[in-house]
Amino acid sequence: MEVNQETIGHLAKLSNFALSPEQSRALEGDLQSIIGYISQLDELDTEGIEPTYQVFEMENVWRADEIQPQEANREQLLALTKEVRDYQIKVPKVL
Amino acid sequence: MKTASREISAVSLVQAALDKAHQYQADYQIFTWINDAAIERAKEIDARIAKGENVGRLAGVPYALKDNFLSQDGETTASALILNGFASPVTATAVKKLEAEGAIMIGRTNLDAFAHGSSTENSYYGPTKNSKDLERVAGGSSGGSAVATALDIVPFALGTDTGGSIRQPASFNGVYGFKPTYGTISRYGVVAMTSSLDCVGFFTQNTADLDLLMQICAGQDDYDMTSLPDYYGQAAVADGPKKIGIIKDFDNDAVAPEIRQALQRKIELLQSKGHEIVDLEMPALKYALAVYYIITPAEVSSNLSRHDGIRYGYRSDKSAHLGELYGNTRDEGFMPENKRRIMIGNFVLSSGFYDAYYLKAAKARTLIIDEYKQAFEKCDFILTPVSPSPAFKLGEKVNDPVAMYLEDVMSVPLNLAGVPGLAIPAGKTAEGLDLGLQLVGPRRSDQSLIKFAAEMEEA
Repeated sequence: MEVNQETIGHLAKLSNFALSPEQSRALEGDLQSIIGYISQLDELDTEGIEPTYQVFEMENVWRADEIQPQEANREQLLALTKEVRDYQIKVPKVL
Repeated sequence: MKTASREISAVSLVQAALDKAHQYQADYQIFTWINDAAIERAKEIDARIAKGENVGRLAGVPYALKDNFLSQDGETTASALILNGFASPVTATAVKKLEAEGAIMIGRTNLDAFAHGSSTENSYYGPTKNSKDLERVAGGSSGGSAVATALDIVPFALGTDTGGSIRQPASFNGVYGFKPTYGTISRYGVVAMTSSLDCVGFFTQNTADLDLLMQICAGQDDYDMTSLPDYYGQAAVADGPKKIGIIKDFDNDAVAPEIRQALQRKIELLQSKGHEIVDLEMPALKYALAVYYIITPAEVSSNLSRHDGIRYGYRSDKSAHLGELYGNTRDEGFMPENKRRIMIGNFVLSSGFYDAYYLKAAKARTLIIDEYKQAFEKCDFILTPVSPSPAFKLGEKVNDPVAMYLEDVMSVPLNLAGVPGLAIPAGKTAEGLDLGLQLVGPRRSDQSLIKFAAEMEEA
């Protein structure tokens, strides 16, 4: 797998990063060496092995469908953002 | 650890901790914030003690909090610009449990931003220095918590361990560092990194304190659906001779001679006390680091996608429209290692590469879990190094991501399998750097593991 500026551009878009040209160049080498390292998994035989996505030993943890008291209210949460009008978060224009 | 009573006041305990915190901060860069208001809480505790109230098992005990735990004291920054100004309205369950027993947080500790790193150099606030050598790293990612405990600013500190972030800095600073069984302590209110691996744990100066803290913090939490019902302190802990597994593949030239000698000394000590040493073959473990650096970035890329500059934290102010605001905020707000991990995560999850990387890693994870299961049929605990070398020099590895990742080669397998691991102090190098080893047990053996370490502590 060869990492080039096209790869970096694609991954930056997926990651929502506005990268400078210098950063993109540095990341090309970094990602190439990381992908080189993790690619050693190719040599491991995993034929017929089931994947593991989590190691929590319980399944189907049920609870009643009731609203539980929360520590934070709407005012406190909205206070964390930069600009609020009528209980809505204000952002720059979309386009 | 010393608790407050009618003889020794909470104010004196907390004032001593705050004085030391301020004294060491300039040289060691341990804290992202020092909580001078802690003294007010200490006064409240003293007033309650004076009234004869039972304040709790940690009455007036000062502690340090890794700055990726949410609480209403101070801002939670995760040592990243993108969370700058984030004053959480909620408090992590682990913090609530400690404070309900009378503990007092005296400061938030430095970490690699979002806990991405093994040296605490990837912090927006600059690196924390090693407790024995100011030119060396603290280890990471919980470097500040490790150094705060090692310099005896506080008797204990909270940390998180996703691939070694408690155990490695503990071993670099000569203190105990414990990563419990996955799910033992609630993660509600902790900044998520790799949700299938993240654990809350502790730094302490001895095993008795660690046992007490585990009794207080373990248990199920309605706010964390991956928290286990409390088993800690309820399982029988068997005394007597144990079988201790040694992993042959971890005893190689890549491990520093001092660490191999420390392991050998501990093996001889165990044998002299009647324990049996068992050699283990665990051939899949050599792939654990590659598995980790696929699974972790994958989950990181998802968990960190929430940081968009809109709802909380830092927002770039030079954006003409919303798309630019996201891109600029994330570019300015994340550290380089955060960006590498997010991009690698998006790579291993992207169409065309998912099967070859992410699915392959998930299958390899099964093989690693199976090897631990087989190993624990042959032995009670496993003893290994924590990392290949003692604390390295500042700047030595920070620009070489793969060299830094190799620090985690012996610590990540435990997280992949969800088993507990305890870093224990194991002497010093000739130049005075701390050495550590780690004891590993099967899932839910946490208390047995700590009790066994206590036996080695007395020796």
